[in-house]
Amino acid sequence: MSVLPILDVGLAFLVVGLAAWTVAARNLFASVVGYVAYGLLLALVWIRLYAPDVALTEAAVGGGVTGVLLITAGKRLGALEKDEAGATPALALKIVAGALALFVAGALAWVVVTLPDPAPTLAPAAAAAADGPGAGLGNPITAVLISYRSFDTMLEKVVLILAVIGVWSVGADSAWGAAPAPLGRPQPAGAMVLLAQILAPIGALIGVHIFWVGADAPGGAFQGGALLAAMWMAAMMARLTEPPRIDARWLRLALVAGPAVFLVIGFAGLGLAGDFFAFPPAFAKPLILFIETFMVLSIAVALPLLVAGPPNGRSAR
Amino acid sequence: MTPLIATTAGGPLLVLAILLPAAGVLLSLALGGRAAEKVALGLTPLGFALAWLIAMQVAAAGAPLVYAIGGLPPPLGIALRADGISAVMLLVTAIIVAAAGFYARAKFATPDGTAESRSALTFWIMLQAIWAALNLIFVGGDLFNLYVALELLTFAAVPLVCIDGRPETLAAALRYLLFALFGSICYLLGVALLYGAYGTLDISLLSQRVQPEAIVWTAAALMTAGLLAKTALFPLHLWLPPAHANAPAAASAVLSGLVVKGSFFLALRLWFYVLPALPSAAPGAVLGALGSAAAVVGSVLALRQARLKLLVAYSTVAQIGYLFLVFPLGLGAHAWSALGWGGGLMQILAHAFAKAAMFFSAGLLAEALGHDQIAGLRGAARALPLTFLTLGLGGLSLMGLPPSGGFEAKWLMLRTSAASGQWIWSLPILAGGLLAAGYVYRILAPALAEGEIELRARPQRARELIALALAMTALVLGFAPQGFFDFIEIGRPLAAMSAP
Repeated sequence: MSVLPILDVGLAFLVVGLAAWTVAARNLFASVVGYVAYGLLLALVWIRLYAPDVALTEAAVGGGVTGVLLITAGKRLGALEKDEAGATPALALKIVAGALALFVAGALAWVVVTLPDPAPTLAPAAAAAADGPGAGLGNPITAVLISYRSFDTMLEKVVLILAVIGVWSVGADSAWGAAPAPLGRPQPAGAMVLLAQILAPIGALIGVHIFWVGADAPGGAFQGGALLAAMWMAAMMARLTEPPRIDARWLRLALVAGPAVFLVIGFAGLGLAGDFFAFPPAFAKPLILFIETFMVLSIAVALPLLVAGPPNGRSAR
Repeated sequence: MTPLIATTAGGPLLVLAILLPAAGVLLSLALGGRAAEKVALGLTPLGFALAWLIAMQVAAAGAPLVYAIGGLPPPLGIALRADGISAVMLLVTAIIVAAAGFYARAKFATPDGTAESRSALTFWIMLQAIWAALNLIFVGGDLFNLYVALELLTFAAVPLVCIDGRPETLAAALRYLLFALFGSICYLLGVALLYGAYGTLDISLLSQRVQPEAIVWTAAALMTAGLLAKTALFPLHLWLPPAHANAPAAASAVLSGLVVKGSFFLALRLWFYVLPALPSAAPGAVLGALGSAAAVVGSVLALRQARLKLLVAYSTVAQIGYLFLVFPLGLGAHAWSALGWGGGLMQILAHAFAKAAMFFSAGLLAEALGHDQIAGLRGAARALPLTFLTLGLGGLSLMGLPPSGGFEAKWLMLRTSAASGQWIWSLPILAGGLLAAGYVYRILAPALAEGEIELRARPQRARELIALALAMTALVLGFAPQGFFDFIEIGRPLAAMSAP
């Protein structure tokens, strides 16, 4: 008997235990740390389920970007006065919420266990389609995301842009156009600066690599873009660079570039290949990589802006 | 019935209806400043023309329009479909978005001397984003694609609530966001379960594979709960009154008239289109009971409000309740189902127009008086006759008095409850109507009484006329010909079996 099943069971218990600990932790910071570790463990679970693309995304977003976002939010909450923080929910409400969560979790567990075996799936069809019409890629995940479900992927980037504008919109009127507050402390620790100086160039390179190989191997625009975003955030935390003004023309163009290029090429598909969002077979792969390049840019810019928050200070008019 | 997965004539129009406002969002952000308003307003006639063309094509074909995106049909690809109700909703959305846009110009013009302002840019971008999201909801044929549409709708609607930037609006927006995200997660969980059970997300393919089994009931319960939270059906309505009452009037009209109808429309898609194979009596009864409670509780709470905008917002809670009577009265293959279906659709339309008109009027009134306290309205009708005419006409439709769309909706529902022997549903319809008469009287009675009132500013005649036009539309709906009811039957599953 292989050792892997034992490891899997251990991993499963660890994930559930860490999730429970994250919920139960009294201290906000401890809870956030637990959540980040939980994200990384989940990434391991996805690898064990032979889903490296999902694992990369989970590690980058669940562990990375969300972690930074939560730590930043936690720091601001910690600065609030006690009475500003609001009342804690009553015991009865906690019990009702807990019972409801248990009931839903139980129902989900029951129906998942009774799923048909083998489960009906489109995975073989997707694998066959990867080098089929309109894609010509080695990685079926990328083929599905950019070709078969192009509409989802394009519109999700629009959602990301709306989220950025939503974050900006809670700032003060007088601050509109200015840059968000700096991410790091005025005098960042020497270790942080050193880390950012060494890590950022390497991480950026890996990010571009993950995007580039995504056409044929695990990886892709989202994972690569998220890694680039993390490196920019690291540089901002070390105060090697500052968040940009939100009315900067380059920033606006970088934000809309991904979905805009996708939309224009999707539109051109009607003339080139007979359908909206269809790719002419001869140019499918270069077109897909072209779209993805701009998607990486938009993702790498949007995620740090979500963390940086609304514009701060006075705008220069 | 064969699944609708191949592109039909007129299908490309559906993609255009979604991409047009989506492109507007991107263009508005890229150009920034004053251009956002010009782009948004410039797109409104084009969007209306597209919706009209789609409706004409559906009517001519007598069958749904289908478009397989990228020429890649489901199950791996995504299909868009427009049937009778899609086309009607596209038209209504185009009209109300345009009305809100032109009404909002006075408030959300970029001030002179600034290149770009926070509230203006946010408003024009989010208005177009709501339009794109709703159009996708009305024509989406894939459950995950519809999830993306729900996310678009949420992230576009929430910032509109706190666009004024006061602390209480931020609290209202945050509460709305939490309810909406809870709804999204529940919906997505259900979608994942359905894919796990049947290996497809396409509505047309799913409807042929779904069996009444535990996993389907679990998925249906999760998705319905999520959609109810987003639609603010009692008892998940707590977020709606502060959110809709604190947003600026143009935004409130869109949020109350259209946005909550988006998630309701998905509940219709789920129960009528994805799950016709499930027994309909029990879910119909549960949703009908919640709707009845909403109609009564919402109306009673509306009667007790001191502020006009809060009264109008609580009235939305009540009117949403009526929508859910379509489930006991329209689900299943009965002879009377078409009647209940028509009543439900009419209620969506009548409320959308009447409520948008009333929020517009409430906004004009608040600007003219400097407050919207009902106690301080004595003599206001004399000073603002057009505004109060609009409030009265809109109220007429909410009460369900003839001639109005609201009357037509309630009349159809009453007839269905009699024809189906479910007389119990006529009680909340009648009680809600009486209570609505009460809260509309509360607005009009002091305003029509003798009194001296001082206006801060006289409202623009054009904005008053926009509101009046919407209220008149709500009335004209009461004269909808038989052709309208035949049109909304196009594409309804089981329609053939339940022909009256």
